[in-house]
Amino acid sequence: MAHQVVHTDANDPQNITNPEHAEHRLITPLQYSLVYVALLIFTGATVGAAYVDLGWANPVIALGIATIKGVLVILFFMHVVFQSRLIKMTIAAGFFIFFVLITMTLSDYVSRSWGLW
Amino acid sequence: MSTLAAEEQLTRLWETPKTIYGWFASVDHKDLGIRYLTTAFIFLIIGGVEALIMRLQLTHANGALLTPEAYNELFSMHGITMIFWYASPILSGFSVYLVPLMTGARDVAYPRLNSFTYWSFLFSGILLYIGPFTGQAPHAGWFSYMPYTNIVYSPGHGMDFYALSLIMLGISTTGAAINFIATILFFRAPGMAISKMPLFLYSTLTISCTILFAMPALTLACVFLELERRWGMHFFGSASGGSPLLWQQLFWFFGHPWVYVIFLPATGMISIIIPVFSRRPIVGYPYVAMSTVLTGVVGFSVWLHHMFTVGMSDLTMSFFSAGSMMISLFTTITIFAWLATVWKGRPVVTTSMLYALGSVALLVIGGLSGVVAGIIPVDWQLHNTYYVVAHIHYVLIGANVFPVFAGLYFWLPKMTGRMMDERIGKWSFWVMFVGFNVGFFPMHIVGLMGMPRRIYTYAANLGLQPMNEVMTFGAFLFGVGMLISIVNLFYSLRHGELAGNNPWNADGLEWAMSSPPPDYEVVRIPAVATRHPLWDTFDEDEDPGDLRVLSQARLCITSNMLDAVPQAAATMPNLSLVPMFLALALFVFFLALVYQWMWVCLAALILTFLLGCTWLWPRPIKGHL
Amino acid sequence: MDNAITSTGMTTDPTLYPPYTPAVHEEHEHAVLPQHRHHFETEEQQREAGSFGMWLFLLTEIMFFGGMFFAYLLYRNWYYEAFVVASNQLSVPLGAVNTAILITSGFCMALGVWAAEVRQKGLLVVMLLLTTFFGFIFLGVKADEYHEKYEKHHIPGASFSTAMFVNPAAYGLKEDPLSPDMAQKTQIFFFLYFAMTGMHALHMIIGIGILAWLTLRAHRGDFTSGYVAPIENFGLYWHFVDIVWIFLFPLLYLINRHPLK
Repeated sequence: MAHQVVHTDANDPQNITNPEHAEHRLITPLQYSLVYVALLIFTGATVGAAYVDLGWANPVIALGIATIKGVLVILFFMHVVFQSRLIKMTIAAGFFIFFVLITMTLSDYVSRSWGLW
Repeated sequence: MSTLAAEEQLTRLWETPKTIYGWFASVDHKDLGIRYLTTAFIFLIIGGVEALIMRLQLTHANGALLTPEAYNELFSMHGITMIFWYASPILSGFSVYLVPLMTGARDVAYPRLNSFTYWSFLFSGILLYIGPFTGQAPHAGWFSYMPYTNIVYSPGHGMDFYALSLIMLGISTTGAAINFIATILFFRAPGMAISKMPLFLYSTLTISCTILFAMPALTLACVFLELERRWGMHFFGSASGGSPLLWQQLFWFFGHPWVYVIFLPATGMISIIIPVFSRRPIVGYPYVAMSTVLTGVVGFSVWLHHMFTVGMSDLTMSFFSAGSMMISLFTTITIFAWLATVWKGRPVVTTSMLYALGSVALLVIGGLSGVVAGIIPVDWQLHNTYYVVAHIHYVLIGANVFPVFAGLYFWLPKMTGRMMDERIGKWSFWVMFVGFNVGFFPMHIVGLMGMPRRIYTYAANLGLQPMNEVMTFGAFLFGVGMLISIVNLFYSLRHGELAGNNPWNADGLEWAMSSPPPDYEVVRIPAVATRHPLWDTFDEDEDPGDLRVLSQARLCITSNMLDAVPQAAATMPNLSLVPMFLALALFVFFLALVYQWMWVCLAALILTFLLGCTWLWPRPIKGHL
Repeated sequence: MDNAITSTGMTTDPTLYPPYTPAVHEEHEHAVLPQHRHHFETEEQQREAGSFGMWLFLLTEIMFFGGMFFAYLLYRNWYYEAFVVASNQLSVPLGAVNTAILITSGFCMALGVWAAEVRQKGLLVVMLLLTTFFGFIFLGVKADEYHEKYEKHHIPGASFSTAMFVNPAAYGLKEDPLSPDMAQKTQIFFFLYFAMTGMHALHMIIGIGILAWLTLRAHRGDFTSGYVAPIENFGLYWHFVDIVWIFLFPLLYLINRHPLK
């Protein structure tokens, strides 16, 4: 198998192998407005869903919609969609450790009283 | 431009005036690093004196030197001081001083933040010690379990001093961590790719990330504690349905990663010192680097092993027991890399090397006793005995104090320009090493015999007294050893040999400049092609256009993260008094919060805000672009 | 004196510290410095470094609020009935309106960052003022909600009253009455409600303070000549505060409306 020469060294002309490489692009006011409208619609939807009795699905829907809204804000209002991989990884690491905190601590509480959670 | 002209120009730009204003307003990482080291060392001495008083109390059965309450306060203050105000800040001191020198930058990424983190560290320590000096010391140990810390059982302001000074220290530590990450990722010298960084930078980077993730849990726990104590909210109190365990979870979620915060940079220093005195590059550089990073990551999944006795389910305990065993693998990799380096090299036994090797020995003992204590049934037996005290001291002194001394003997010539006396240094090492083992090894045994920790005395018929006498003797011997080094420092500052640029013939960039380094550090930002820029020969790129001199203003080269290809020149801020006053305003705020002077709090907050605005107000840039 | 690389001066005995001789496999390397390729764009790079610092700060904020979210999750599972009735004391319409207001404020902030990028000073100032305005409205509504809690004796502490939960019929509520013991646990809900929304409000108050300062500087034209870092970083902070509320709203107001029996 022939070895392919990959230029990942300092002479990478476009600098795209670097995790901090970011496209310098602006999000237009129109795109902001679309995101804004989407956020309002989702807010309406989550409030509407809260007034319908869906049993166990109520919290799931509410938190699911909140997650979508949060992701929209992060991606567009905070420009992460055009940010470098470094910043994307930083955010991912933040949420990862947050889940470590929640799941591992809950593992203690939950396993003390199986079936009651 | 001639080199001489460049030097003059750079001196004018980077000089910190030797005036009172210059002293308080300095943003130079060299000044701040030395201040960090000095302040943390003073906390070490204070904590050490507290420990010796406790040892005096425990020398004899039914000792009457201290009241039980005073003993509680002493062991609490000893633990809090050592863990929070000595062990981590002294390593921050090394990082503040060395990171820019090692990366070839002229300062850290955010110099004014750097100044602020130093002053807030100092003031938070003063805040903590206002407690004992007004007779209101914290008395619940360094981890302050609920519900004992509740207002019902701990009236007075002791625990408030604990909680609020820790919040303030948290602000300082977080700022320092952000600073280190930005500096290490973006301010490295051209060509110092991430695979060519000195290992000390790896450990500083790892623990800075750890701090960012771990510190907020402690801050939150302390905020909850204050709300519970002073504002009638019951998060932890079981009487109103709260979970006291929640404090333990939050505390140890912070606390265990914190152990690595005060341990990893020390291993980073050893990973620099041992190769230099073995006259060869470290064996297994990538493995050591990776195991450093992995220790930081896996460090977040072992914290429940501090809580094996609180009644967890078997499944949870098994998981965390396994995690605790796993994490010792990474340390083991590092230790074997050190041993192999010595084995394959031509070791030169200097004082610094002695301390480094001594620390490896102690770390192995402490690590093994930790693996033993990580076995659940053994832990149940040993919990809250002196065995645990022995373990943490072997780990913390082996992995923090000895490396710190190794680092001091290694880098003080760089900082002061004078060599430390080797003969006195070796005396100091042996006295400390023997004293430590005499003082702390018997603790394993008395722990197994059942002597509980944190109890101010013991009965005469338990047969513990002979061993305790030995331990007190050892502890004082250890203190004497440390004193010898302090004497050595003052002696060598006066009479030491001049150090020159590179007394050890070491490999790092910091040894390329004079000792102590000039304010601007390097005339030409170095270019790096290998892991050992001063050992290996390589063609340094010629710089005919003086692009790397950067004498137009206070400038640093910023480069990209992986390959350190230069990207731009960043303007660095001038001297400023604002960081110090900001820290002072925060100090007043937290002090007023302890005593519930709400109007003072409000005034301090407004002052903090105004100072923040001043900080960020645009200022003319020194020099011309 | 060029002390960058070459000098390895030794003062101590050279036999004691013999120079390291590189191993054979270490090749003669060449430092690659493509410095002709880049421009020293000072402001551009500082912006990158500065915004990275802000992201690192936001990481700590995630963990800080994360701990509170965890506490909420824990206690909600322990004292489910109490959390249900206590949560239903919050006004969903007010919460929903506040969510919309905060999103609007965030939207204005986002437009403000855009205005700074395209160097429109007037628009930037207007957008910052609008952001502040909606921020104040949010805090006003929040203050109104707090006041209502005060009147109903739902602020944890000495004056806290569980009467409404023990005997809901007397207050015209349709909920099932709680046992006195469980009713006490409603206090935990309100601790968390005040801690979480209070911490969120504190972040907003700090943010509004910074906004005032930014508006002043924007008016001077500091941020519309290519130097947008402060606006951009503050935008990140403000949007983060938005996100916290986006999660607080369903957790505190919505998810307990249809309790599982």
